Amino acid sequence: MSKNDIKVALIGNPNTGKTSLFNQLTGLNQKVGNYPGVTVDKKEGLSKLSPTQNAVITDLPGTYSINPTSIDESIVLKTLLKKDIKESPDVILVVADVENLKRNLLLFSQIKDLEIPTVLAINMVDQMNRKGITIDLSLLKKQLNTEVVLISARKNEGINDVKAAIIRCHVAAKASPLCGVDHKIDPDYFMKLKEISSDYSLYELWLMVTQSNFPETVTKEEKEKLLAFKQDVSKVKKYQHKETIYRYQEINKILKKTYIIDKSKATDLRARLDKIFTHKIFGYVFFVFLLFIIFQSIFDWATLPMDLIDGTFAEISDFAKNNLPTGVLTDLLTEGVIPGIGGVLIFIPQIAILFLFIAILEETGYMSRVVFLMDKIMRRFGMNGKSIVPLISGTACAIPAIMATRTIPSWKERLITILVTPFTTCSARLPVYAILISLIIPDTKIFGFLNLQGFVLLLLYALGFATAILAAYILHKTLKIKSKSFFVVEMPNYKLPSIKNIFYEVLEKTKTFVLEAGKIILALSIILWFLASNGPSSFENVEKNTVQNPLNQYLSEKELQQKIASAELENSYIGILGKTIEPSIRPLGYDWKIGIALITSFAAREVFVGTLATIYSVEADDEKTATIKEKMATEVNPITGEKRFNFPVGMSLLVFYAFAMQCMATLAIVKRETKSWRWPLIQLFGMGFLAYISSFITYQILS
Amino acid sequence: MLSKLYSLSTIATLQKGEIGYISEESLDFIPLISEESLDFIPLKLLEMGCLPGAEVELVQIAPLKDPLYICVNGSHLAIREETASKIQILKVNSLDV
Repeated sequence: MSKNDIKVALIGNPNTGKTSLFNQLTGLNQKVGNYPGVTVDKKEGLSKLSPTQNAVITDLPGTYSINPTSIDESIVLKTLLKKDIKESPDVILVVADVENLKRNLLLFSQIKDLEIPTVLAINMVDQMNRKGITIDLSLLKKQLNTEVVLISARKNEGINDVKAAIIRCHVAAKASPLCGVDHKIDPDYFMKLKEISSDYSLYELWLMVTQSNFPETVTKEEKEKLLAFKQDVSKVKKYQHKETIYRYQEINKILKKTYIIDKSKATDLRARLDKIFTHKIFGYVFFVFLLFIIFQSIFDWATLPMDLIDGTFAEISDFAKNNLPTGVLTDLLTEGVIPGIGGVLIFIPQIAILFLFIAILEETGYMSRVVFLMDKIMRRFGMNGKSIVPLISGTACAIPAIMATRTIPSWKERLITILVTPFTTCSARLPVYAILISLIIPDTKIFGFLNLQGFVLLLLYALGFATAILAAYILHKTLKIKSKSFFVVEMPNYKLPSIKNIFYEVLEKTKTFVLEAGKIILALSIILWFLASNGPSSFENVEKNTVQNPLNQYLSEKELQQKIASAELENSYIGILGKTIEPSIRPLGYDWKIGIALITSFAAREVFVGTLATIYSVEADDEKTATIKEKMATEVNPITGEKRFNFPVGMSLLVFYAFAMQCMATLAIVKRETKSWRWPLIQLFGMGFLAYISSFITYQILS
Repeated sequence: MLSKLYSLSTIATLQKGEIGYISEESLDFIPLISEESLDFIPLKLLEMGCLPGAEVELVQIAPLKDPLYICVNGSHLAIREETASKIQILKVNSLDV
């Protein structure tokens, strides 16, 4: 970013095609960062306005007004109130939907009153004919006293006009209020407010009063004076209401002269689709059917790329091992870093496919209907209709799912959603479930057509959802948090999804996962590698002892190497740790080897499989699962003489993995989103306790 | 006579497809009553287009009778029944009766 770049803030109501415009303006020159101090993503992109002029465009979260009701929306206010030369926008680009111009202009009128140069882009003008809308553009420009551009972001029409308007607006740098909140409401009151400071526009001062949000540039004295206005809260509230009504009156006056809509031309596609999607029976049937299709596709489509990633990383690891000089660094690389990165990337196919579906559901407008259908049900469990999106996303990965809770305005409902989301069966649990099910559930059909193993997997998914809902109910009844439940959801028009928007959405979500979860999984992989390949003083002798053990003299070189690896693991720090916790996990049916696997699962649950592979000294790269499975199947419990992974132990482990909070990356995100260690710790111990007790009961009943 | 043509009610009492008008006395009168809800909820509703005098149509009722799907001032919104029961409207009485 160079000094001469124009800083543009992109603002608009949700569902106005703001994202489409952002994508058209910036293309692949986007990056996602963080706003200082808050966790909301900051999307920025570089746009070439003219051969000599670039602009840095910041995509602000969609909002209906500057007065925020959720964390996402509060960013808009904070950005606009900033007086920092480096951060405050030079030009504001407001996107409006042509079909609902009136409501969109409310936000525009607020922004205009901040007295920052503003461009209004009226989007989806390709729909004007079909909807019977006509606009007197030149008169509208005059009335709004600003640059107005008609565009169709999806069809890439009018984008150059927007760019030209931004430059013109920046050069002219004229900014005047549109409504002027003062004189219609209470001139004396606002005169006093205005006298506090001349550095800010009247509306900025008013926002500081109503939102108690003070930019750093406000002096202590000014702040005190502003806070004095806040003393009569009911008056402030009343004036806010008056202000909004007054703004609408002004907007109506302007639109009366410039905007005509012939309602008879409107089509009833919305009504017809709503009849199906919000139908009291068919609405739910369709939703469940859709979920079924989505999960089916994830399993079908993700297998191939996942196997590819798995194979590729095994090869890279082998290649490095064979071509680099032997030593600690090579070991770190081949046994810590490369498998660690592979362990992150392996999830990308499933996560990307699920987010592809979610992006389509949101783009088409269907997701709002699901929120509408589910709100009453979710509310009984202390959540919000909007909680359904995180809960579905949680089946891919809890991290982006927890970040998706930011749209829930009520803190209690949001917190409950955050706390229960990790119960849903995420993709890291699948490899664990798969190997355990194949060990303890016979591969037969029940009722003649249903595969029993598949059925058990389905039950585990159901168990995850049911536990999430039940936990939410308990939290709802026990958490003493006063927080107003609040629900106003727009039901947008149905539209065909834009491939470009979906592409960027999936890219962004996947990137979030790789960066957020990736760094923690990678770091833990390296720590665990260290703990597994080092041990106290006796550790040095393990290799020698294994080689000299007369029992091992007839083994082939390869088998001997595996024996050594296994023995080293047993004597490493992590092996000692596993043996230390053995007494406490014996009631669940586990031995120290499973104990090690439980500990290493904190990197990511699927590490369970890899750890057991090492413990049972299985050659890692050929027919991986099959061989681990065989080894596990023949492992014998020395005390009972029975198979180690018999039915009770397998069931106990399944239950444990269904409930336990074994994901450091999720805990880190929960800490960040709730701004306290309290909630992730409650999650860790609450879920851990539930897992322990349930596995204990399962094992004791079955054995 | 007016009272026969119009009756005072709330959005929550509308039938599917029925229309009402958010009651309008003056700018000073905020129809979103009840003191404890005089928080951001009425402001948000105003901002979304639930203005005095506006025509409200009940488009759809969710299967469990809640939330309600309304169309007001060109906006299609889903609001909970609890909120809807706080928004006063004038209902046009059927002339056939």
